[in-house]
Amino acid sequence: MTDQAILPRPARTGALRATPPRRAPWVQHSILPGFGLSLGITLVYLGAIVVLPLTALALRPWELGLDGVFRALTAPRVAAALKLSFGLSALAALLNAPLGMLLAWTLTRYQFPGRRILDALVDLPFALPTAVAGIALTAIYAPHGPLGHIAAKFGIKTAYSPLGIFIALVFIGLPFVVRSLQPVLQDLDHEVEEAATTLGANAWQRAVRVILPALGPSLISGLSLAFARAVGEYGSVVFIAGNLPGKTEIAPLLIVIKLEQYDYAGAAAVGLAMVVISFGSLVLINGLQLALARRGKA
Amino acid sequence: MTAAKPITAARPISSVRLPGLAVLLVLASAVVMAGLVLLPLFVVFHDAFAKGLGKYLASIRDPDAVSAMKLTLLVAAIAVPLNAIFGVAAAWCIAKFEFRGKSALLTLIDLPFSMSPVVSGLVWVLLFGAQGWFGTWLIDHDVKIIFATTGLVLATILVTFPFVARELIPLMQDQGADEESAALTLGAGGFTTFFRITLPNIRWALLYGVLLCNARAMGEFGAVSVVSGHIRGLTTTLPLHVEVLYNDYDFVGAFAAASLLASLGLITLVLKTGLEWRHAGELAANRRH
Repeated sequence: MTDQAILPRPARTGALRATPPRRAPWVQHSILPGFGLSLGITLVYLGAIVVLPLTALALRPWELGLDGVFRALTAPRVAAALKLSFGLSALAALLNAPLGMLLAWTLTRYQFPGRRILDALVDLPFALPTAVAGIALTAIYAPHGPLGHIAAKFGIKTAYSPLGIFIALVFIGLPFVVRSLQPVLQDLDHEVEEAATTLGANAWQRAVRVILPALGPSLISGLSLAFARAVGEYGSVVFIAGNLPGKTEIAPLLIVIKLEQYDYAGAAAVGLAMVVISFGSLVLINGLQLALARRGKA
Repeated sequence: MTAAKPITAARPISSVRLPGLAVLLVLASAVVMAGLVLLPLFVVFHDAFAKGLGKYLASIRDPDAVSAMKLTLLVAAIAVPLNAIFGVAAAWCIAKFEFRGKSALLTLIDLPFSMSPVVSGLVWVLLFGAQGWFGTWLIDHDVKIIFATTGLVLATILVTFPFVARELIPLMQDQGADEESAALTLGAGGFTTFFRITLPNIRWALLYGVLLCNARAMGEFGAVSVVSGHIRGLTTTLPLHVEVLYNDYDFVGAFAAASLLASLGLITLVLKTGLEWRHAGELAANRRH
């Protein structure tokens, strides 16, 4: 009775309480307006830009039938391209681990003239458009280029070989690793290192037994970002690759070629395979990272 | 005391000090950066001016180059504002509200980062290409999307749309909704609250996100290459123009156009670094690229 009498008045205070008057049960109430509008814009945009196109990617290959897709992906040329893209990306990530650690270490642990400029320049591979990086790297490593001719003296072919692709992938992956490691090295609890010193650990022991394990999870996430980027990379690789079918042809280029032949389903099959393998390896790496983080805490 | 030693271990940071190693490591870092990262930048400008300033200017004033620049600006002028609006809207609902399905939404927003640019172009061909889902309908109604500006814009949007959202979401989550709640309780309307409270709080991060989004939009190659058709003077953006000239063995022209894009990258880098130095606290601290 009394409740009913009071009801009309505290309508405004009611809005401040936890129970929502009109919102759907899956939204926690908030005093802020604009939830419907902002979520609406987000969903429409995501639907048109991401969901609809990706649905096309997910469905299109199957017009070939299950064994058609299987045959399309195991065709020697396609299999070679996928192996090349994923294999070289993994190798490039492996080289980026020590390079990234070296740069992150010097940039966070030492003071030297030009440190901030060097730090800013780490992002250059992000900032340089991929086609620009592609033709520049090709010019450098071509047989008559400044570094290419040195390698050629030793009988090593850099541009137009898997080694050239590898160099381009190291180039674009480096910033991911450095930027993942820097915050950890910066924030690493100084007391832990001091404690290790007090307990008699020498410099090498501190580096290997204390600092390295702390870097583990972010090193892995940096490497996985570099790997994912490298797998799909096109612009900085396609010029230096040489693009010989079965030898130096990367998976993204194969998609382009299949599209030029109006083989939409085949192109979609390769594209879908790349997305699935990339996403699968990211999930796998995330799991590994979680396991590492848990071990670090235990 | 003395400025004789240029390289020193930063005082309070590390307990690991190996005599002599500091100099060695700094030198090694400098060599890696110079050989791997700086050399390409140097080569772009070196090769662009290899045949002198006259050749360079002629390449840049070439009508095809000019129309490529215009097209690049046009595509970015459409894609970047749309992505900025989306980024603010997405960050608003994700950071300020609690609802189910949020993590699925975040995954969708992150997805383009792990997709090949070529796939980001391919999906539009699958929808709107001659043999795409809507291909026949488009041909019947004489609408051109693939091999036209619309396709370039769509591909660019797909590649660049996470930039603003990814920059704003963590920042707005940190800031919470207290200030907005206070304004609303004091009687301000929704839009007043947004423009007077929220926007000033996120302006530097928004600018940072727009900067990165724009740089990527203007420099994008793989995604637009799939939908462009490389029609000279019509559907070649500046990065595609670089490719066309390079494949025609017009190296001075290719590197001249590339030098414009490299300058764009350098300007972006300078502005971005400036923002990081001056407004570090107002940018999402955990992400620096």
